[in-house]
Amino acid sequence: MIWPALWSVAGLLALAPAAIPLAMYKRGSAVVYGASLILTSTLCMVAAHNLLNLSHLAWSVTLPVGLPWLGAHFRLDALASFFLIVVNLGGAAASLFGLGYGRHEQSPGRVLPFFPAYLAGMNVVVLADDAFSFLVAWEFMSLTSWALVVSHHREAENVRAGYVYLLMASFGTLALLLAFGVLVGGSGQYDFAAIRGAHPTANVASAVLLLALIGAGSKAGLMPLHAWLPLAHPAAPSHVSGLMSGVMTKVAVYGFVRIVFDLLGPPEWWWSMVVLGVGGPSATLGVLYALMQRDMKRALAYSTIENIGIVFVGLGLALAFKAEAMGWVAALAFTAALLHIFNHAAFKSLLFFGAGSVLNATGERDMEKLGGLIHRMPQTAIAMLIGCVAISALPPFNGFVSEWLTFQAILLSPQLPSWGLKLIIPAVGGLLALAAALAAACFVKLFGVSFLGRARTPVAAEAREADRFSLAAMFALAALCLVAGIFPGLFIDALAPVAKAMVGNSMPHQASLEWLTIVPIAESRSSYNGLLVFTFVLLSGSIASVAIHRLASDRLRRAPAWDCGYPDPNPAIQYTADSFSQPIRRVFGTVIFAAREIGDMPPPGSASPARLTVETHDLIWETLYAPIGKSMTFLTERINILQFLTIRRYLTLVFVALVVLLLVLAI
Amino acid sequence: MTLIRDLISQGLQMLLVLLLAPLLTGFVRKLKAQLLRRQGPPLLQPYRDLMRLMRKDVVLAETASWLFRIIPYIIFAGTWVAASLVPTFGSGLLFSWSADLIAIIALLGSARFFLALAGMDVGTAFGGIGSSREVMIASLAEPAILITVFAVAMIAGSTQLSSIAEYMGSSAVGLRVSLGMALVALTIVAIAENGRIPVDNPATHLELTMVHEAMVLEYSGRHLALIELSSQLKLLLYVSLIACIFMPWGAAEPRAGSLAFAVGAFTYTGKLMACGVLLAVFETSIAKMRVFRIPEFLGVALMLALLATLLRFVSGSL
Repeated sequence: MIWPALWSVAGLLALAPAAIPLAMYKRGSAVVYGASLILTSTLCMVAAHNLLNLSHLAWSVTLPVGLPWLGAHFRLDALASFFLIVVNLGGAAASLFGLGYGRHEQSPGRVLPFFPAYLAGMNVVVLADDAFSFLVAWEFMSLTSWALVVSHHREAENVRAGYVYLLMASFGTLALLLAFGVLVGGSGQYDFAAIRGAHPTANVASAVLLLALIGAGSKAGLMPLHAWLPLAHPAAPSHVSGLMSGVMTKVAVYGFVRIVFDLLGPPEWWWSMVVLGVGGPSATLGVLYALMQRDMKRALAYSTIENIGIVFVGLGLALAFKAEAMGWVAALAFTAALLHIFNHAAFKSLLFFGAGSVLNATGERDMEKLGGLIHRMPQTAIAMLIGCVAISALPPFNGFVSEWLTFQAILLSPQLPSWGLKLIIPAVGGLLALAAALAAACFVKLFGVSFLGRARTPVAAEAREADRFSLAAMFALAALCLVAGIFPGLFIDALAPVAKAMVGNSMPHQASLEWLTIVPIAESRSSYNGLLVFTFVLLSGSIASVAIHRLASDRLRRAPAWDCGYPDPNPAIQYTADSFSQPIRRVFGTVIFAAREIGDMPPPGSASPARLTVETHDLIWETLYAPIGKSMTFLTERINILQFLTIRRYLTLVFVALVVLLLVLAI
Repeated sequence: MTLIRDLISQGLQMLLVLLLAPLLTGFVRKLKAQLLRRQGPPLLQPYRDLMRLMRKDVVLAETASWLFRIIPYIIFAGTWVAASLVPTFGSGLLFSWSADLIAIIALLGSARFFLALAGMDVGTAFGGIGSSREVMIASLAEPAILITVFAVAMIAGSTQLSSIAEYMGSSAVGLRVSLGMALVALTIVAIAENGRIPVDNPATHLELTMVHEAMVLEYSGRHLALIELSSQLKLLLYVSLIACIFMPWGAAEPRAGSLAFAVGAFTYTGKLMACGVLLAVFETSIAKMRVFRIPEFLGVALMLALLATLLRFVSGSL
């Protein structure tokens, strides 16, 4: 089964150079995106087939490329199959969206060649079965996505985003390189099978865990290593933004899971504390930052940080339970994390596509310049609304199911013996609950300000509906969000082999339960039935509607808005993105953003306008990144002298260096 | 046979909450008026208001979208389903397993999400102010209630409301510090979520600090009737929730005889009245808060709930 997957990846790789000449033709983009669509769909189907049938069997193959004594190992096991599905589902949706969206691209030559290469890179990371291929693919994925981030390079903001991204990506790869270096040691056995067989000592394993958390976490956008993400993700073309946020962060999570759950062997008890301690705050802070944004795509990028935080909370719980040999709860937490990975890939891609359609129709990403789009773009609005409800973890959509499962795992954690965990897990539970509520606020704002109300600018008033390919991609993902929310049992069952392979246990079989209910532990403990909830809501809503229209009144008149008797035709009277989040900024912002509001009232009798100035700070950037940047500049300026020495001084330098090295050797 | 009986019991419950909800609101209103030495509207006034609103034309703002017109039905459906999943006169309802307490709260969250969107749809300043404040209050109230649920669920060993009610009714539960904290937290959240004084004033919509009434300002006719009915249902839901967790006495066991159901119905009415009296007395004895004092008020609930959960993690008996 691995050969069709590898051939499809090879096809994507071959498509990349072919796209260079194709980009010059008008129909070239359709060919490239069409071919990507076919190849990623094939990959997705191969992986799904593998996961659903006999997926405990792993298929592996060694190709004679790469390091001469190593070769390139590839393996398709349950974990890889699941992540292949996520990658290629997102990839296929992005290709479909690109069929329509890509036609409006100003410089297709800067996007088309890198798009299939980027997809291929992500696929190879998931398929790789030795450290060398893994790292090469990882770096390939980073570089191709960097090229896509700077594809609109004339905007200074994008160039800066690309610069920060390149730095952070190199830093992350370095951490992963060190992780594998520490793990393999001097033995030189870089294939994963050998690493799995060699049991590292506790200290080595702990060092690898921290390095993997830094390396994969920086790619996934865990706080405080997230700084590049809200810059880079919005800078790329929207279908690539969807891929970066929805899919590439998941590839990073794959890297973490592969190293920590698969290669490292049994976990120490305190590992979970580190993971939970990073995941919980990422979830809450990510969504708080998202709430403060005016730029649609940047808000979505920050919300990715939140969702990655939720995934890492699930993984941390799974680690805690695995360390205490409570396999069935570990399976519950791990399945919750995997399901959230899948769900987030679906709705985050959908939301980025929606933002892309809006950007295409109006040329604006700033919510405060939009408004009233539901009248001009009704179909995009429906798809976007479904995405917003799903990501806010509201039933009956899919986001709720994965958060519900995570909560169920948290509720079982008083059984853990360690005191540290007893104190940290309730706090993390509180942070998750806070994140869920704030996410709803964030997406009410995003949808409400940009799609509802009245148009704030002429471009928003004249927006045109998105093309049919874009709409098809969005509606396919929206349908997926609904199906995964109504039939979660089927998805949980499909994940069973992955959990079995990684934590040694799997959740009980769900599809055989009555009415497709999901019951994670026992029916007396907790159960949820998305199908019934959806049916009930649909039924009672329709009954109410029919009854009222039949029995009471069905008449309707249009009139100007009431607005307490003082309607104002000026659209500027509406609440804006900033004013919408002002109460929340006043509640949370004084600590987290060091926000200050300075009101400047003119003296009585003066006709000059009053002013309100709001100051906010990105404290993580100012306390962590800015000092590092400054000290780097300082150091490099000092070392810079070395570039301008005379030949005599260079020779002296070389001589002194040689003497010092010899002395070191002698001692 | 048992299936039919369960179905009837579930259907009865759905009708019961729908019919009782306006009565509870009318009761609280009447009581508040009498506490202020006023005559007050008759007990059945909410029903008359609803009937009249249903029969009137809808006057829809010109800038309203299709979403504005379906939102009342979504809100009503979500709240009704949630309210009919909370045990009232008896536990062990037929469909109680389809959504546990977390899902019920999330259903109310869905209703609120759409209500906040409705406030922004027409594009007026009042709607925006209401939505913005509503999500601010919700962003504190929702975590508080979720953590309260954690504490209660850890004590009862279940998030299933029927199981919680049965456990709370048994003698195993005893007097616990964490339960007391959870009760206070849940009460504060219930007051905030229903827009009662001191958080919001349900009797006015011409006040600068208004929240709920500002969001629904543009609704009229049958749409307004549905939204009013939903908020009445929500009040009933929270009262039933507090009653079923903290006052589980008298509720009928699953598949009990008709006498047990009669006893259950009787005690349930008593509980509703007791909570209604408490609410009315509380509301008349306290002043409305400034909007930026609300976070402190809800912060108390959040901290108490967190403390209750922490106590459960630290000790099995507290």
